[in-house]
Amino acid sequence: MNFVQNFPFFNIIMCLACGVISSVLSAKKARKLSIGLISTVAIMSACVLGFTLKTKQSYIYMMGHFPAPWGNEIRIGVLEAAMALFFCIIMLCSILGGLEHILQDVQQQKQNLYFTMINLMLSSLLALIYTNDLFTAYVFIEINTIAACALIMIRDNGHCLVAAMKYMIMSLIGSGLILISISMLYDLTGHLLMSNIKQAVAEISATGEYAIPMTIIIAFLCIGLAIKSALFPFHSWLPDAYGYATASSSAILSSLVSKGYIFLLIKIFYRVIGIEVIRDHKIDNILFVFAVSGMLIGSVCAMREHDIRRLIAYSSVAQIGYIYMGIGLGTQGAMIAALFHIMSHAATKSMLFIAAAGLSEVSGNSKDFTDLKGSGYRNKIAGAAFTVGALSMVGIPLLAGFTSKVYFAVAAVDAKPTKMETAMIILAISTILNAVYFIRSIISIYTPRNTKYNNPSYRPAKTMTTALILFIILNFFLGIGSNLIYRLIESGLSMFA
Amino acid sequence: MKINPKYETSKWRKFERWVDGDSIPTEAEIEEKLENTTNLKDGSKKGNNKKKEDLQEVEETDLEDILAAYRQQEMNDFYTQYKNWPKTKGLRLFKRIYNLIAVIVCVSMILVLLTVVSYLPKFGDMANPANNEVTKRYIENGLEETGAVNIVAGMILDYRAFDTLGESHVLFIAACCVLILLRIDYGKDGKPTSEKIAEEENDRNYEPKNDKILQKTAFVLVPPIILFGIYIILNGHLSPGGGFSGGAIIGAGLILYLNAFGFKKTQRFLSYRLFQKVTLVALLFYSAAKTYSFYTGANHLKNMIPKGTAGNILSSGLILPLNICVGMVVACTMYSFYCMFRKGGM
Repeated sequence: MNFVQNFPFFNIIMCLACGVISSVLSAKKARKLSIGLISTVAIMSACVLGFTLKTKQSYIYMMGHFPAPWGNEIRIGVLEAAMALFFCIIMLCSILGGLEHILQDVQQQKQNLYFTMINLMLSSLLALIYTNDLFTAYVFIEINTIAACALIMIRDNGHCLVAAMKYMIMSLIGSGLILISISMLYDLTGHLLMSNIKQAVAEISATGEYAIPMTIIIAFLCIGLAIKSALFPFHSWLPDAYGYATASSSAILSSLVSKGYIFLLIKIFYRVIGIEVIRDHKIDNILFVFAVSGMLIGSVCAMREHDIRRLIAYSSVAQIGYIYMGIGLGTQGAMIAALFHIMSHAATKSMLFIAAAGLSEVSGNSKDFTDLKGSGYRNKIAGAAFTVGALSMVGIPLLAGFTSKVYFAVAAVDAKPTKMETAMIILAISTILNAVYFIRSIISIYTPRNTKYNNPSYRPAKTMTTALILFIILNFFLGIGSNLIYRLIESGLSMFA
Repeated sequence: MKINPKYETSKWRKFERWVDGDSIPTEAEIEEKLENTTNLKDGSKKGNNKKKEDLQEVEETDLEDILAAYRQQEMNDFYTQYKNWPKTKGLRLFKRIYNLIAVIVCVSMILVLLTVVSYLPKFGDMANPANNEVTKRYIENGLEETGAVNIVAGMILDYRAFDTLGESHVLFIAACCVLILLRIDYGKDGKPTSEKIAEEENDRNYEPKNDKILQKTAFVLVPPIILFGIYIILNGHLSPGGGFSGGAIIGAGLILYLNAFGFKKTQRFLSYRLFQKVTLVALLFYSAAKTYSFYTGANHLKNMIPKGTAGNILSSGLILPLNICVGMVVACTMYSFYCMFRKGGM
């Protein structure tokens, strides 16, 4: 066995151990440890990605001395390694970008705990990406939920406590549904290992036995993960949580936490239930309906907001709708488009949150558009990043958002006629709605009407500048080099089945 | 608003008055009224606030103005009523609808789940899918492969140790969350950093309670409870129990002791630093031990840790130390939860 193959397991254990160590370190050391850890994990994931690309097949890593159905195992393929690498990059940039805000928003004595949560969050994301066992996935969903709650509420004010409360209640309902469906699935199949369950499910659906429990299981899994990733009717926790938490938390929650769950759902579709069984039970149609209505309603809600952070948060609802639309369209191309949009949205949304924090920093820490007028001139790099992010969300060529919209449109052509028409029309309407509120916000931040916040001596923090430049490069890379990523996802998805 | 000066004399106005049921004024009366209006414009607009009852008295002076003001007032009333609707009636209505929908959703959820349960395989049937090669190997080879007489301990700490590793970190992260929420931090001047919790801290002033009955009972009960917890942890691989249950028992014993004798006495041996150290050592040892066994397992190396004779207290390889680690983490978490909720610190 090649030594590189151990890396995913090392990464998970390292993140868990560093989380524990951070809890006794001082704030400064914890910060350095966390940033170092994320960079190391990114480098190691890149090595794993290189290895899997070279061998062109996925491999199974046994966790312990016992083979799979008895022991635990993780499974590493191209897609998993690519996602891990990508998540690390986004997390690193989000933390760097919001570092100054973490220092302001979080009490000095509790900052080390913030980084504890970040490390454990990363471990859970990695485990969700790599796991090949449903129960392991559930354990790390728990860690993920608690860490996300902590990331919201660690900023000590009333809004954040309420937001964390809402998030916790909704998220626990989601966890409960997932746990119920996992236990029922175990009852029907007698396995927790993904590949074994898939085999058993295929046998069950071939005989036509247990059709009703199977539908309910799939529905509960989908609803549980949809609640956690804020698909439209279950999105009520999202605007508060993203709108009031500290900037890094918002960026990480919107770009990584919800995406981790969506990735798990795709994994469950392909590796646990089997995509054919999903189509037989017509679950993808329901997801499609939710997704399409989310795309419209998220945008409409965003148009009514005067608060820049909540505007971005509502736009997340719409963008999550795009991803689920890709899953719901039910073709291979649409799934690749959805996975690509996971990446492009993660890159763009975290950039928008960090840039919005940078903009409100020069406007007396206000998030209201009346105060933000002209802030694009006061904090140039944040203004530029916000513009790039907003244009990417609208779908201007060369940027990540455009490419994923093109992929969605191309994928919709191959789908069933009714779905194709709906998808095309809604994509067009949603793009116009996106343009309405994002162009409005760009105009707003570049309208120099307000001189009361002018502070010529202001310089944005170096960490934030670096992070925003990285984000802008990443966005252009996703937009221009999309072919490379498309092929990467395609080969990864073929390893999935 | 722009009004046609000849509006009062226009035919439309006459028609309107006829519709309203007013008497149609003659030309002279209108002239008079128009004069009055111009006069009133210099004076104050007293009529604005008058109510409908006053209408009769002042009719000769200024009918139109009063009517306009009255309509304005009505509009305002309607508007405020509409504006306050969400706060007054709307909230109540929303709550009712919300409760109704909540009940409907819960009931339908229960019905769905009950229906599904009735379709599941029969409980305890030999032919159930859950009775497959997985459980068979656990039961038949568990003792031999893990060295643990208690198969459950062998399963959670050896076969599926990765899950348990995650689970003990769930406990840790939950304790950290409670710390974030409830811990009272002291600034450099020794005062709590946030005023709102300064009061909560006063709970300590009621200590110790010196409840004689409680103290005597605790005096008798606490040592056996903690001993029993330790026994359960150490015997985790031999008999039912293990780190999670034993740790919970020790935690309960500590909480009882704390309640009886107060924070001053417990703080002598259980401080926040100690809590941190114990958790850190336990979890890091757990991670290190499992890294070793996962690494050797995945790379097909030989496990160097001897299994010992099954049934002895020193047997079954890593299960005993891991049980001790889990027990320490659980006990610390339980105790710290209680302390945090009581006084925001340990």
